Amino acid sequence: MGLSTATLADETTAIRPPSVIRLPEHTLEIVSDSGEGAQKCGQIFGAVSAKMGNGVWTVEIIPAEIQPPPRTPEGASGNRIRIGSGAVTNWGDQVQLVVAFNEQVLLSRHRLGALADDAIILVENLWGSHPNPDIQKAWQQALVELATRNYRVIEVPMEEQCLTIDENPRKGKNMFALGLLAYIYDRSLERIEDQIAYAFRKKSEDVYQRNVGLLHLGYEWAKANLDFRIEVATSTSEKPLVVMNGNEALALGALASGMELCAMYPITPATSVSHFLAEVFEKFGGILHQAEDEIAAAGVAIGASYAGKVAFTVTSGPGLALKTEFIGLAVMTETPLVVIDVQRGGPSTGLPTKVEQSDLLAALFAQPGDAPRIVIAPSTIEECFHSVITARRLAEVFRTVVMVLSDANLATGVQPFPRPELLAEWQASEPDLAPVPQDTRPYEWDSRTGLAPRIIPGQPNGMFTVTGLAHDERSKVAYGSGVHQRSSTMRSRKLAVLQQMLTPPSIKGDPSGGELLIVGWGSTRGAIEEAVDRARAQGLSVSSLHLTFLSPLEPGLAEIFKRFKKVATVEINYSDEPTDPFITPENRRRGQLAWLLRAETLVDVDCWTRVPGEPLRPGAIVDAISSLIDGQRRLVS
Amino acid sequence: MTDFSCATLGCAVPVDDDHEYVLGDYEGPVARWCPGCGDHSILTSVEKLLVAEQLKPEQTMFVSGIGCSSRFPHYLKTYGFHGVHGRALPVATGIKLHRPDLNVFVVMGDGDCCSIGAAHWVHAIRYNMNMVALLLDNSIYGLTKKQTSPTTPQGFKTNTQPFGSFLPPLNPLTTMLGTTNVSFVAQTAEWIPAHLYATLRAAYRHRGLAFVRILQRCPMYTVSLYERAVKDPSLTELLVHDDGVLTPELDAIYRERRAHDPADINAARQLADDTDRIRLGVFFRDERRPCYDEIRRPTKITASERIALLDKELDRYAV
Repeated sequence: MGLSTATLADETTAIRPPSVIRLPEHTLEIVSDSGEGAQKCGQIFGAVSAKMGNGVWTVEIIPAEIQPPPRTPEGASGNRIRIGSGAVTNWGDQVQLVVAFNEQVLLSRHRLGALADDAIILVENLWGSHPNPDIQKAWQQALVELATRNYRVIEVPMEEQCLTIDENPRKGKNMFALGLLAYIYDRSLERIEDQIAYAFRKKSEDVYQRNVGLLHLGYEWAKANLDFRIEVATSTSEKPLVVMNGNEALALGALASGMELCAMYPITPATSVSHFLAEVFEKFGGILHQAEDEIAAAGVAIGASYAGKVAFTVTSGPGLALKTEFIGLAVMTETPLVVIDVQRGGPSTGLPTKVEQSDLLAALFAQPGDAPRIVIAPSTIEECFHSVITARRLAEVFRTVVMVLSDANLATGVQPFPRPELLAEWQASEPDLAPVPQDTRPYEWDSRTGLAPRIIPGQPNGMFTVTGLAHDERSKVAYGSGVHQRSSTMRSRKLAVLQQMLTPPSIKGDPSGGELLIVGWGSTRGAIEEAVDRARAQGLSVSSLHLTFLSPLEPGLAEIFKRFKKVATVEINYSDEPTDPFITPENRRRGQLAWLLRAETLVDVDCWTRVPGEPLRPGAIVDAISSLIDGQRRLVS
Repeated sequence: MTDFSCATLGCAVPVDDDHEYVLGDYEGPVARWCPGCGDHSILTSVEKLLVAEQLKPEQTMFVSGIGCSSRFPHYLKTYGFHGVHGRALPVATGIKLHRPDLNVFVVMGDGDCCSIGAAHWVHAIRYNMNMVALLLDNSIYGLTKKQTSPTTPQGFKTNTQPFGSFLPPLNPLTTMLGTTNVSFVAQTAEWIPAHLYATLRAAYRHRGLAFVRILQRCPMYTVSLYERAVKDPSLTELLVHDDGVLTPELDAIYRERRAHDPADINAARQLADDTDRIRLGVFFRDERRPCYDEIRRPTKITASERIALLDKELDRYAV
């Protein structure tokens, strides 16, 4: 048993230099009760690591409540940070080091299998000698449970130390912990201080000084007491980089696109997009409107879009459901609209803070009648930025709704990427209010493409009434079968035109074919591609492709699929397991992308999907790849 | 009237040519409402207002929801937005926020505004944006064929409550007068064109959201509702005041009059709450209340200014 609960100060002196463990990458977590600031600590650590030249991916560990009861496994709140010498594209498998503010939140990570068998645990030691005997007992029981693994447990007197300079350590432990990490990973204290100054920019100088004091205290404690340091080599990029989370990238993308109105209603995990915009949008000539509900948010965005520059709304699954009718109106009236959906677990209120890719079919089809719209999905933080710019342009050119499907993983994940070189052409141009030629029809569809120029209120001679009722080219209400057939064709044709402009997806691995092709979409790209690399290194014949356009689908898929013996999607949404009771190939409910690909390509696309309420781990995907290939081999033999 | 007209607020484009707009500049195709429908009279009064105020058709916007009355924009030659049921106000909010230069009118029915759209109604009153909102209240769902609406009188038989409407009707006036930041509430009736027109004009010239409930008959389903009132003017009381509406041409017919100062919200609430008699006029008016669209008016910037600003934002995230 590798359990060591000795307080290291007793047996180690600072005289002996610590052993330095050099690794190409390392994954760590910091967990606390909600409100103790583990997230802030993790965010700062992630940002500083990126700034120092590590590849970084961070994932928030978030309970759904603001302050759930303390010292409960369900209340665990914090961050996972994976750092590497090269680019890091996903959160990895298990963590090698964890800092925990109490043993209960630590247990939650242990029970979820988040910790590697030989993980180093730095845990607050206050609870073992707590005056409350129940707490002491819980601590002892936890140690017994943790002893079933080969963890190295290091007890850290966080509270005791913090009390030496601060009377309310509950609010400052996170900075002490940040100091521990700064020592272990040799992070620049100066850069951390800059980040602290930014994080507390709305607070007083006293608050800053207090936090910096605690940071140094943690650093010095670690220096005096720890016998190891971890080195993950950094490298400076030739290109300038920026580091941010997906929601910040979406908001910055919206600014870069020149859109001037965002209407939204608070919903997790989308809301922080609006927090960002609320601070800066007016400077950019924009309005962030917090509407009375999700429906009104869609209506306000449509009204603004109709009257000028393309506007957008930001939501998550339950909000998307409420916006359905208005989205249909935008499609029917050919009013450009960008809808950003930061997906979470569903159905209903589901898993508000957790990642899922369950809105794909709703984004594509949730609508009475035929309502073709464009659906795209960014797969990295960088793509979050660019997807909004693309969405704005597509909405305007094709006069329709463009859905951007992000998710909780991208929303809170932090990753560095090349700093965008901003272009004026990304921006929406000012609406042209010049008179339209007499008798111009508001839906003057080009009968080949379905495209028609848009008339905006204020333009002399252009007056007409848009309507969600079936209408002809003059926007006159018309119920005749020929009229509805033609207008439906025109709205649908636009998607075909766009599809013809897209290029076939590139294949990672072996483009000429092989045993298995994995198809993914959205935030799973990094985990899937890492898994494919690992599986190929093990000799497995597997490749992958990742779709950005879900509607229209990227071209050439049926042809690509034919090169592989088996095609399977990997997604974070629900599907029946083929081996489950009652499940047959006929009644099996499949992953959402698998469903779509089967319909669109007539290929027998399989799937491996999970809804764990956390991002997929590349190791789990490697296992899935092996079993998908084995299954295929068994089927053939 | 008032100095706070839309024109002085800069939301109407000043007349830059000598073109004089006439009725034909606003009249759309023949309205397809039933003969005898109150909507016809309201459309006529609105057209008259557009001529009187010389509003540029291309700078004027009618936004509606769904229902008989929401066909309104189709019968005008201005810009129109015929959207979804109950949601005219959010669309109008978006239009006005992004394009404060447009004159925005919102047309809703009683089911549209007071039932399916009630959430937006309350908040639109609080936003108090520079628009005119017309509630065409015929106390019934007409287009879907005679169902109980929130304003259907108790006991009135409909297809969904065939033994009579179960509950007392919702009072739109007291609802609005109880809402924070309300700035203009008036009531008029489609069968008294002079009063209707005077009320619309006062509404248009108001600074803030001017909300007008127009009592209206449906010739198919609620013709009996105001039969007595139409025949007997003594059943109707006109609220008169220099700051409200004055209709001297009606003096001889409508003799029941009450001096009511629209600045007095407590009196307005009492008068609105007492539904024993029909009261027409401006119940409440206060132009000092904050207007959301005036507060939220960002400065326009150029593409290159935007790039420079965004570059600065990116510095915050630079590695």
